[in-house]
Amino acid sequence: MITYALAFALVCFGLGLILNLWRLILGPTVADRVLALDTMVVNVIAIIVLYGIQTGLGINFEAAMLFAMTGFVGTVAFCKFLLRGSVIE
Amino acid sequence: MTLALIAALPFLGALLPGLLIRAGRTACATVTGSVTALALALLALQAPAVLRGEVVQTRIEWLPSLGLNANFMLDGLGLLFAGLILGIGLLIILYARFYLSKSDPMGVFYTYLMLFQGAMVGIVLSDNILLLLIFWELTSLSSFLLIGYWKHLPEGRQGARMALAVTGSGGLAMIAGMLILGNIAGSYDLSVILTQKVVIQASGWYLPALILILLGAFTKSAQFPFHFWLPHAMAAPTPVSAYLHSATMVKAGIFLMARMWPVLAGTPEWFWIVTSAGLITMVIGAKIAFFKDDLKALLAFSTVSHLGLITMLLGLGTAKAATVAIFHIINHATFKAALFMSAGIVDHEAHTRDLRRLGGLRHLMPVTFTIAGIAALSMAGIPPFNGFLSKEMMLEEAAHTALGPDWLLPVLATIGALFSVAYSFRFLAHGFLGPVRDDYPHKPHDPGFGLWAAPALLATLVVIIGLAPMASAAWLVDAAASAVTGTAQEVHIKHWHGLYSPALWMSIAAVGGGFAMLAAFPRLRAMWDGTPRPEAKAIFDAIVEPLAAGARALTQALHNGSLTRAIAIATIAITATALWAFNSGTHSPGTREMLAITPVTAIAWGLLMFATLGVALIHRNRLLSLILIGIIGLIISLGFAWLSAPDLALTQITVEVVTVVFMLLALNFLPKETPRESSPVRRIRDAVIAIGAGAGIAGLAYAIMTRNFAFPSISAYHLEQSKPGAGGTNAVNTIIVDFRGYDTFGEIIVLGIAALLIYALAEALLKPGPANDALRAMAATRTGLAGDRHPLLMVMATRFILPVAMMIGVFIFLRGHNLPGGGFVAGLVFAIATVMQYMASGLGWTEARQRIDHHALIGAGVLTAAAAGVGSWLFGAPFLASSYTYVHLWPLEEFELATAAIFDLGVFLCVLGAVLLALNSLSRLARRAGETVSADPYSVDRPEGGN
Repeated sequence: MITYALAFALVCFGLGLILNLWRLILGPTVADRVLALDTMVVNVIAIIVLYGIQTGLGINFEAAMLFAMTGFVGTVAFCKFLLRGSVIE
Repeated sequence: MTLALIAALPFLGALLPGLLIRAGRTACATVTGSVTALALALLALQAPAVLRGEVVQTRIEWLPSLGLNANFMLDGLGLLFAGLILGIGLLIILYARFYLSKSDPMGVFYTYLMLFQGAMVGIVLSDNILLLLIFWELTSLSSFLLIGYWKHLPEGRQGARMALAVTGSGGLAMIAGMLILGNIAGSYDLSVILTQKVVIQASGWYLPALILILLGAFTKSAQFPFHFWLPHAMAAPTPVSAYLHSATMVKAGIFLMARMWPVLAGTPEWFWIVTSAGLITMVIGAKIAFFKDDLKALLAFSTVSHLGLITMLLGLGTAKAATVAIFHIINHATFKAALFMSAGIVDHEAHTRDLRRLGGLRHLMPVTFTIAGIAALSMAGIPPFNGFLSKEMMLEEAAHTALGPDWLLPVLATIGALFSVAYSFRFLAHGFLGPVRDDYPHKPHDPGFGLWAAPALLATLVVIIGLAPMASAAWLVDAAASAVTGTAQEVHIKHWHGLYSPALWMSIAAVGGGFAMLAAFPRLRAMWDGTPRPEAKAIFDAIVEPLAAGARALTQALHNGSLTRAIAIATIAITATALWAFNSGTHSPGTREMLAITPVTAIAWGLLMFATLGVALIHRNRLLSLILIGIIGLIISLGFAWLSAPDLALTQITVEVVTVVFMLLALNFLPKETPRESSPVRRIRDAVIAIGAGAGIAGLAYAIMTRNFAFPSISAYHLEQSKPGAGGTNAVNTIIVDFRGYDTFGEIIVLGIAALLIYALAEALLKPGPANDALRAMAATRTGLAGDRHPLLMVMATRFILPVAMMIGVFIFLRGHNLPGGGFVAGLVFAIATVMQYMASGLGWTEARQRIDHHALIGAGVLTAAAAGVGSWLFGAPFLASSYTYVHLWPLEEFELATAAIFDLGVFLCVLGAVLLALNSLSRLARRAGETVSADPYSVDRPEGGN
């Protein structure tokens, strides 16, 4: 059962990535696109974790954790850039 | 080891003058001289053994697989030359101390001189011909520096260039010749080659090797038709001329011919090429010397002539002639160096060396006249000086050898000797004799003792050898000649050969003719000026200029400074070569099984393709491209995780974050859109090149991934040895910190340097100047920014994350040796945690809390890694050898301590420092561009008011 659930979930998050891309193309503002990229990171975290469950290996767990911890830094930097010009003030 | 030390001493000594010149000129000269004297003393210690007939050797394996060993040997020939080089070198150092004026940089001069001395000593002591070639090239380079020492003189620069071009190209030919010779003999060691005479002379490659080696020797020793560079090299300061162009460098070619004499000489080819080149050089050089007005030019051509004489003697191929050649090498070195130094003294005191403006110096400079007189009479071959002895012996040899018709060689040799007498007398008569004049550019008088001490010593030697040759020089000639010929030689030097000796009559004819020529000088001069003759410099320029123009045109076509063009040419060349290689072989389809394409991989692939193409299409909008690059980084990180490369995934994830922050910082100073600059045709052309190269790379990657390796790869070794050899189960980490630790060490140093460069560039921009004005002007254009500089939510969140992130960093660092992670990733995690504070709470706030300077972090990182490497020396292991042990410490579980962890700590510190320093430098630019830093660092207790 878990096999099917994993396959289904992976496809769903894959579709999620495509929808993110759709938003990224449409925009209309840069903020929308940055947000789409940020959501992509979230979806990729999910894919890595699901893949880990599927293969039964915990070796990629740290990659997911690192994504979770640092993924938002890029988004914050983009936001600061859009709002204030300089990322570090 | 002594021989290697003798060769190394001058090189080590070359470091001293530059430092000691601050202690004064005398101190500088003294120390430089002491180094040479020390080398000379070491050489003298070896002399007794060599004179007993032994060959002293020092063997150091360098690259034995290439046949390149630092092998040195000292036999009679080496002893003679090394003694000349070091002994005359010592005199030159003394002479130069008083010759160079206060405005000449003396430290530089001595450094060049010592480099040259080391290279020369290296040549004569080398046992390995590859090592000899290295020293040979070093003499060309260091003599280039010496000839061009007076950089402000165009003649100096041109002369240096010509000397380098001629001797350098000869050196290239010699490299080829030596390699052929080594191949025939089966060894690059001279001691082996010299025993292979029969094999070498029977080989079909003998003639090519001979010609190539002789090209090297002839160019170096200024033999016809390469004699023209030597007079132009006289633009050098006189100590250089005396050292390089009379006593040592030009004798390197002679040395080489003498060294190779046992295996190369004795064949008709050797006889014809070497003898005729030497003979022509001797006659032509002597003739030109007679008509030269410049004292140094006269001596230069006379040197050419005497080198020709020695070459001719070596060419005859008989042991007796070779012995005479050796004897003349000694004599020529003594009288010619003395003459050059005397000419230098005249130039120094009278401010001219033009014979037409000199004369009568006998009365004004009696000491110089005595020295120059003795040396010049020796050069003319007048008894009882040493030049007479070797000239007699040369004529004797010439009289017994046939070159074509029987009479040809003796007659030409006599003519050469006749010219030699003529120019020697002219040197004396027009320079020193005659009435005292009153129109010298500067009133001449004898210089201080320091300047004439060296030539006086040499002149004394001229007299001693001349009067008592058997006691003073025969032992050295015997030793050297035995080494050259390979059989024991015993020379008998006599003043009187008897009335029936042809040499006596030839000599008398030469002296008489010489006097006659001097008497007829004005008429001969008019004839000489009336005859057209080829101007060597013009011919040389006519050959070199088109070559240089061609080289320039080719370089301009390939590298006109445009990066686009350079990359396009390189890409096309690589693609075309690869295509050609591909088409010239046969191929079978790959055999490895393919992985299944799952929906997720297909989608990820699609995303990657989309983003890549998107960047190419919209690259002019920098911000959007950066977002697309974010997608690429994301998918690549996912790909690493998916394809079982967790270490790479961790690294890629953290690198991506830092890259985005970096790019955004830089983007702040760049226009948001770049204009379209290239034409459509050009863009299509570039697209074709790019797609071609990309398709090639893709095809190559596909081909490699679908096939197994043709040879066993090193991966298996690393996987096997990771645990037992390096004490870690993570092979990626053990490769980085252990197997390839040396590479990593270099890389972190490069990383640190790069960060320091960014810092330095930013500092330069921050100084008052146009760039700084532009930065300030940017501030005025900045409007419509959001007011909240440090949003409270972000400040709180990042401060909360900081300890967590650092803990994760520590975790990743500690597990790195056995599981994915390590110092590099940990450094990046720490850097990101700090950057969060930079972004949220501001530069001022963060810097105020940062105790350790970024520069110090980089330095500490490199030093820690170096300490980990050097530490293994204490245990007798090579640099960076690691060791590990298991420790059981209650209540913890058993854990491992490895020295590699210290090295990894160095990597960690260096990465952290480098990333933070680079980011910090860019942020400082932003601050200068008008963005004020919160004077009051933001904190929760004291929220920032207003804004």
